[in-house]
Amino acid sequence: MKIMLFAPELFLLLGCLMLFLFTMCEEQGGKARGAAVATGIGTVLLCASTFGKSGHLFMGAYAVDTYSQLFKFLIAASTTVVLMFCGPMKGVEDELRPEYYLFLMLSALGLMMLISSAELISLFVALELSSFSLYLLVPMRARRTGDRRQMEAAVKYILFGVMATGVMLFGMSYLFGLTGTTFLAGIVAGLSGETLAQPAAIAGIALVLGGFLFKLAVFPFHFWVPDVYEGAANETTAFIASVPKLGAVAMLVKFVMVLAPEGEIVARMLAALAVCSMFYGNLCALVQKDVKRMLGFSGIAHAGFVVLGLLTFEKLGYATSMYYIIGYVLMNLACFLVITQVSTRGENVAVSDLNGLYKRSPILAFTLAVGMFALAGIPPFVGFMGKFMLLAGALKAGHLTLVVLAAINTAIAIYYYLSVVKAAYCTPPDGGDSAAVDVDFTTRALSVVLIVAIIVMGVLPDSVLEITGAAVQAIL
Amino acid sequence: MDFLIMNHGLPLLSVLIFLPLAGALITMLMPSDGSCRVWALIVTTVNAFISMSLWSGFDPATAKYQFGEHVPWIPAWNINYTLGIDGISLLLILMTTLIMPFCVLASWRYIEKRVKAFMVCMLVMETSMIGVFAALDFVLFYILWEAMLIPMYMLIAIWGGPRKVYASIKFFLYTLAGSVLLLVAIIALYLANEPHTFSIPMLMGQQYSSTFQLLVFLAFFLAFAIKVPMFPFHTWLPAAHVEAPTAGSVILASILLKMGTYGFLRFCLPITPQATLTLMPYILWLSVAGILYGGFTALAQKDMKKLIAYSSVGHMGFVTLGIFVLNTRGIEGAILQMINHGITTGALFLCVGMIYERTHSRELAVATGIGKHMPVFVTYLAFFSLSSLAFPGTNSFVGEFLVLAGAFTHNKIVAGAAIPGAILAAAYMLRMLQKIIWGGVDNPKHNLVDLNTREIVTLAPFLGFVFWVGLGPEPFMNVMHVSVAHLLDQVNAAVGGGAVALLP
Repeated sequence: MKIMLFAPELFLLLGCLMLFLFTMCEEQGGKARGAAVATGIGTVLLCASTFGKSGHLFMGAYAVDTYSQLFKFLIAASTTVVLMFCGPMKGVEDELRPEYYLFLMLSALGLMMLISSAELISLFVALELSSFSLYLLVPMRARRTGDRRQMEAAVKYILFGVMATGVMLFGMSYLFGLTGTTFLAGIVAGLSGETLAQPAAIAGIALVLGGFLFKLAVFPFHFWVPDVYEGAANETTAFIASVPKLGAVAMLVKFVMVLAPEGEIVARMLAALAVCSMFYGNLCALVQKDVKRMLGFSGIAHAGFVVLGLLTFEKLGYATSMYYIIGYVLMNLACFLVITQVSTRGENVAVSDLNGLYKRSPILAFTLAVGMFALAGIPPFVGFMGKFMLLAGALKAGHLTLVVLAAINTAIAIYYYLSVVKAAYCTPPDGGDSAAVDVDFTTRALSVVLIVAIIVMGVLPDSVLEITGAAVQAIL
Repeated sequence: MDFLIMNHGLPLLSVLIFLPLAGALITMLMPSDGSCRVWALIVTTVNAFISMSLWSGFDPATAKYQFGEHVPWIPAWNINYTLGIDGISLLLILMTTLIMPFCVLASWRYIEKRVKAFMVCMLVMETSMIGVFAALDFVLFYILWEAMLIPMYMLIAIWGGPRKVYASIKFFLYTLAGSVLLLVAIIALYLANEPHTFSIPMLMGQQYSSTFQLLVFLAFFLAFAIKVPMFPFHTWLPAAHVEAPTAGSVILASILLKMGTYGFLRFCLPITPQATLTLMPYILWLSVAGILYGGFTALAQKDMKKLIAYSSVGHMGFVTLGIFVLNTRGIEGAILQMINHGITTGALFLCVGMIYERTHSRELAVATGIGKHMPVFVTYLAFFSLSSLAFPGTNSFVGEFLVLAGAFTHNKIVAGAAIPGAILAAAYMLRMLQKIIWGGVDNPKHNLVDLNTREIVTLAPFLGFVFWVGLGPEPFMNVMHVSVAHLLDQVNAAVGGGAVALLP
């Protein structure tokens, strides 16, 4: 039953169709949410059940293996988590909610298909399915909370996004021109030895990488990040900040692998991008007042760290990058969980809005503190373990300067993460006890799960590393 | 694994490390503030009693690491959960476990809000502190070393004084900034060995190039010198000490500062001996600068906690002086002085905390003349102050004497330059004593109550140790002799024959 390999996507697609039906009727936000969550959970289970299977579909354009299924599982799981803690989508207009769920799920579907794409055209279509859904999600913010910033953000996102896509298409045309095929396997075979050493080949792949670096928000492809993070609804940002990054890393690993034999020059290029990302992200984050904007800049810095693993061109390095991005998604989800809960009507959350959170909701304050300390890379959380292994790998590959600069960045970053913890724990609440935040049971359970996951992954990284290592092995 | 004597039966060190952590988890479920206090006291006391079996089971005749435990942890990077202690870490672990119950006792009334969270922080601190002294794997060490920042930050930032936010962030930033390069150095050491290893004993005594040693030493030095703190890196200490709650100050002074000097002994000397020798003169002069600077600054303080904080800078200067003269007397004196400083300064902070609970001020001027109302208290205070200025018969005298004796055999000028520090200590301590006991009987004092039983019990053991170490230091010296001799052998062996003449 080959179709079983495609079951998760198929199920998600059916879910999307159902959501489409909901969009026809009015005032169906609650039902649509139920359908979306159910679809998400079903997809997660199906992904888990197909884990370890492999095969090709659609005349070889679609490859299913351990690597793809791992990422699909992660994408489905994090989408579901976002859906669950976002509750009724406070930040989105009531009548738009069914559409909102539809595009959210479509974006996840696009990302899942992207990872399995083994051919440039299907890869491109999948990527655009995901991107265009996101472009639509950004302006779907309630007028009362967005202050029209969402429109500006949406326009910026589309313009930059289309540019990045154009750059990527240009790179793909080079690859096609050089090898005469759009199949990735054929391109890898065609680019071996002499051909790969040509500037055109390296330029082609570098341009394709640009498209994915845009998704991951690595400097200089980061310009959309702060405005989109700030302008989009909290729920949208929670999704954009975590799920597409999984897809981006998955594709980056695949394409960087092709370049491994020509490592020197690409490594230098990636190292420069990584350093710029880290410094730019951390220095800009230092002065932010809006938590989402701050997390956006912090995301740019973390993207730089992920690149550290890619430029080692080793199996362990790729596996570590994957480990790091999984950890990053967990930490980010923990932070956004708090943001969506603290924001009472879907408005943006400033650092000062978190004042006295320990009194208003101890569980949220603790989740936030764990998330922030983890992002800052303090042990025993996953952020530290990931950072440590990335630094060790990069140093092993001989990038001493890069490692020292990255380490210095850790020290810069701690300040703004601490300022959030400080607001939550050391500043008394502005509105007294009346400012208490109600947290429902699902969110409580989710925060406990996220905290435990962040700690367990940090203390016992071995099992996760084994899984990511096995996944990388599957596509080598 | 020939450096490790494996532990059979109950894994003592793991129990010591994880018992407080388990206790912290259970504390979270406690219903009331009172039960949290009692529970934390029980956990720390039980831990203290368990640690006694380390003392009785320790074999002082071997330089190997004892009570060893070894479990593979992250095989992909050859990271192991390796524990073990020698004569140096034994004393520090015992000091940690013994001080913790008294820290809990001292917070009994002092901490009124968020008692549960406070006790959780204290217990997590204990876990990471014991872990740091027992870890024999560099990654394990680093994780515990850094993890401790979070509860310590919370202790200062939540329960601290008026400028707690500034002090806590400064503490966190300084310590973290110092240790980021330590991480790079650890990874560099890992890669410099074949096969790659994070095992601390296996990193010792390797032939690294002198440039490599120098760079690694500097990375180590930055991290540990900030923690000690040595002279130019000390500015976070007075702020943190002044703002921290009493228990936080005690933990900070008695245990956290020792991690810096422990780091010098455990890592700098045996792993990078050549660099140690090259940079020794500079560090010695920095130590002397710290001793004098700490003394003079302490002399000018109006705030009692600040006074003791600056005196710590001076005392820790003696410790680093003793370590870097690189001879037996110096290092043994330094280790003893680490313990002494833990006992004496910890007790002094407890004393100041007790005044603060009564007058709600740490100003020396407000506390003048309380000797009339609190005779028991000032008796304690007098003994601890005498101990702090190294009065013969008290613990610090032995330590300071050994350090200075070691310094004299090494270099008379350095030793001579440190001597005024001892006099300064007498000056600032006697000034404080004079004011508190006899100064200004006209001070319009509200009726101050003398120490209650809980407070007397809290301070009594400290006094016991002051005299025990002061009059009969033999048992403490015995456990460290072999380990120190082994440490000096490692330094000597690595630097070759030329240095033997240099190191008597």
